[in-house]
Amino acid sequence: MSQTHSNPLLEVRNLTIDFDTRHGALRAVDDISFQLAPGEILGLVGESGAGKSLTGTAIIGLLESPGYISGGEILFKGERIDNLTQEEMRRLRGRKIGAIFQDPLTSLNPLLTVGTQLIETILTHLDMNREQARKRALELLEEVGIPAPDQRIDNYPHQFSGGMRQRVVIALALCANPMLIIADEPTTALDVSIQAQILSILKKLCYENGAAIILVTHDMGVIAETADRVAVMYAGRLVELGPVDQVIKAPKHPYTVGLMGSIPVVGSQAERLIQIEGAMPRLTDIPNGCAFHPRCGQAFELCSSRKPEMRQLDKNQVACLLFEGES
Amino acid sequence: MSTSTPSKSRVNAFLDSDIFYNFRKSRVTVVATIVTLAMLLSAALAPWIAPHNPFDVATLSLLNSELPPSWAEGGDPRFFLGTDGQGRDMFSAILYGSRISLSVGLVSVALAMVIGVVVGLLSGYFGGLVDAVFMRVADVMLSFPTILVALLISGIARGALPREMHDSAALIVLVFAITITTWVQYARTVRGSTLVELNQEYVLAARLVGRRPMAIIFLHILPNVLGPVLVISTINLAMAVLIEATLSFLGVGMPPTNPSLGTLIRVGNEYLFSGIWWVVIFPSLTLVVLVLAVNLLGDWLRDTLNPKLR
Amino acid sequence: MFAFVIRRIIQSVLVMLAVAMIAFAMFRFVGDPVNSMLPENASTQERGELRAQLGLDAPVTVQFTRFVTGAAQGKFGISYRNKRPVSDLIAERLPATLELVFSAAIFALAVGVPMGVYTALHRRGFISNLLQIISLIGISVPTFVTGILLILVFSVWLNWLPSFGRGEVEQLGWWSTGFLTVSGLKSLILPAIMLGLFQVTLIMRLVRAEMLEVLRSDYVRFARARGLVNRAVNYGHALRNTLMPVITIVGLQLGSMIAFAIITETVFQWPGMGLLFIQAVSFADIPVMSAYLVLVSLFFVAINMIVDLLYFVVDPRLSVNNKASG
Repeated sequence: MSQTHSNPLLEVRNLTIDFDTRHGALRAVDDISFQLAPGEILGLVGESGAGKSLTGTAIIGLLESPGYISGGEILFKGERIDNLTQEEMRRLRGRKIGAIFQDPLTSLNPLLTVGTQLIETILTHLDMNREQARKRALELLEEVGIPAPDQRIDNYPHQFSGGMRQRVVIALALCANPMLIIADEPTTALDVSIQAQILSILKKLCYENGAAIILVTHDMGVIAETADRVAVMYAGRLVELGPVDQVIKAPKHPYTVGLMGSIPVVGSQAERLIQIEGAMPRLTDIPNGCAFHPRCGQAFELCSSRKPEMRQLDKNQVACLLFEGES
Repeated sequence: MSTSTPSKSRVNAFLDSDIFYNFRKSRVTVVATIVTLAMLLSAALAPWIAPHNPFDVATLSLLNSELPPSWAEGGDPRFFLGTDGQGRDMFSAILYGSRISLSVGLVSVALAMVIGVVVGLLSGYFGGLVDAVFMRVADVMLSFPTILVALLISGIARGALPREMHDSAALIVLVFAITITTWVQYARTVRGSTLVELNQEYVLAARLVGRRPMAIIFLHILPNVLGPVLVISTINLAMAVLIEATLSFLGVGMPPTNPSLGTLIRVGNEYLFSGIWWVVIFPSLTLVVLVLAVNLLGDWLRDTLNPKLR
Repeated sequence: MFAFVIRRIIQSVLVMLAVAMIAFAMFRFVGDPVNSMLPENASTQERGELRAQLGLDAPVTVQFTRFVTGAAQGKFGISYRNKRPVSDLIAERLPATLELVFSAAIFALAVGVPMGVYTALHRRGFISNLLQIISLIGISVPTFVTGILLILVFSVWLNWLPSFGRGEVEQLGWWSTGFLTVSGLKSLILPAIMLGLFQVTLIMRLVRAEMLEVLRSDYVRFARARGLVNRAVNYGHALRNTLMPVITIVGLQLGSMIAFAIITETVFQWPGMGLLFIQAVSFADIPVMSAYLVLVSLFFVAINMIVDLLYFVVDPRLSVNNKASG
């Protein structure tokens, strides 16, 4: 049972994503459900291959074969978007739902100036002429903190440093004021010193525009700083979902506990970081029952045969048989 | 989902592997392989399976000349694909012709492979001046179209040999010319692979133990760089056959007394306007089918062995 | 950038010198020019005179210098076969080959690029697969077979187009052009198609491969994520980025087309440099062969340099250098 908001901006219900291979269909995302309120920042956290990027890709409708949505629904402002045509989906993209990807260098077309790419996006969604679009582009560049925008607007991507490029990417994603931004590892490719700047710009602009963010990352530190709520994914399944401070301070699922314990805390007395034994299973080898049970210190017999469901537990939701019967 | 699998025999492992699965699934490739093998076989056995010997002048008779294929009007069942202006059976001529074409192709590619692989290994392993010289030469050669280089070498050889020897030495000159144009690609690729292997632990270990360079190169590195060589070889075989056919067609390859498919096409071309189409069409068809089959095989090999596309 | 240009020019000169050395070596040491030019029963005195006349008694370095200076002025000696100056022969034949190559290139681009774009954008369609199969056959069929087939269909059976020669040509100075007469243009069609056809398959596969790669790139993905229309994504971004490397490779192909013209000219008896070269190879006419070698190398080197410079001009990553900090 998910915590219901009234009028959630985004609702993902039992989303399942499969991949067609010669060994049959592989389940990359297994029956996940969550909601997003307007203006909220939801962190989607997990290791590489846990399915978090795929979820973001599916929401914005850019899922490419051999991957496909094999079950569930995605609702945006109450209406289904997972079954729209390509053209209908395209109209949503950029205008209502935007995305930012990991590597700012490869996200920008190296042969076109930053201004050209901005103006082209603005003209696609907003009803303006060229002059107005250029003015708007300059405003955007200033908002993301690019110095001397009237000079830089005619520069090429390679003339910007990594942090500046990602600011341009943010400007591009926000130019038509979308209500939802999917940020897929937006700071992973950047220097640590720049990460905080980028995150704060993202947060500030989204707050000013009332946009919600799904922040996909493997870095809990980023989540702790930026997100309101966090969803933890493991082997394509949701294992825990709740407000950030709850999940970080009082994690319930054994995997989340392990994750929190593996983060070094400055000033703590711990001698060794907790390391979870083993590795996340590959999609072809997901264990029966709970996907985490082979690595779980608290697993018991039922864990290897019954798949746990997400259940409400105080302010969090957890999918673990330890907590079944406690809702 | 993880079950423990019993140890399979190696044959079963191969049959179950991705490579063989892709092979079976791609009907085109299976057909292409069968065709290639069939042509190789028939060419090799030409002297035994050809119904006539087109080069034994005593058996030729002008009465039999310019006969259409056996199924057409005026055809003779003895001459399956018709005869040419001298009364030679086209089917036999094509069998012998493909034998020559394939021989030149296979020998050139084999020689080019040996030379190229050795040069590549030595160049990659020793580096320095040897490497620089070889690779400069390779660079220059690769920037010119192969046809041109082959033609040039052929021309120089002809200039160096007395006129009477041109015909009898044609085969050797052709093999020589094609080998020289082909070894470069092998050398380049193998050199690249060698450079990668040099950093691997087994090479460092062998050096530490004090094995002699030649042993390291040929016993350790060589087996590991042979992968791409296979792919290149199929493609080069097709290319070698094409170059030989082109040179022969242009008149500077195999002479009419010992014709390859290219020569047959050239000779047959002269009959084009008199409506005697079979003399040029059948050798052309044979050549196209052969090259196409080898190319398909090479294409499939390259796609399957390419890690990036997996 | 200036330094780059200078370096390239020096490189090119070095390559040309190397080529000149090879051409000269051919010229001088392969076969005996005197024997090739005189009948069997020429006297020793006649041989000696010819030897002196050709400058064959001077030391090798002098001969090489003479060769290079002569080549720079376009003088390559006398053809063994025709007994005429090689430079005259080349001047007569060059326009024919260049016009042929130019027409073939236009044809190849006009057909190859659209086909490549189409097969990249419609990866699984039936027409796409058909075009791909045809292109695979295209690179397996030897060019001369294609030419023969073209002649068979269009000259022998349909009798629409001529199958040999250039038709009527107009003289513009020392250049003879076939572009200005109807028969000249008609004669150009089949040979241009034959020469261009091989390039069509090459260009098509190249454009397709390049475009597929670009379509998978992050900036295309981001462009889609921004909701740009398909046309803007496919042409404004993908095609633009595809064409850049494609153009440079096509430029390099121009050089090889000049070489492949040899085959086309043989099939169609087109009076160009290629046909001249083949006849020279048959006859072991070394002066013509070495002249051809030098000339074609010059074309190659020049084209290579132009293509490199083109990259500089077109790619902003190379030309716009001021990397501002941020």
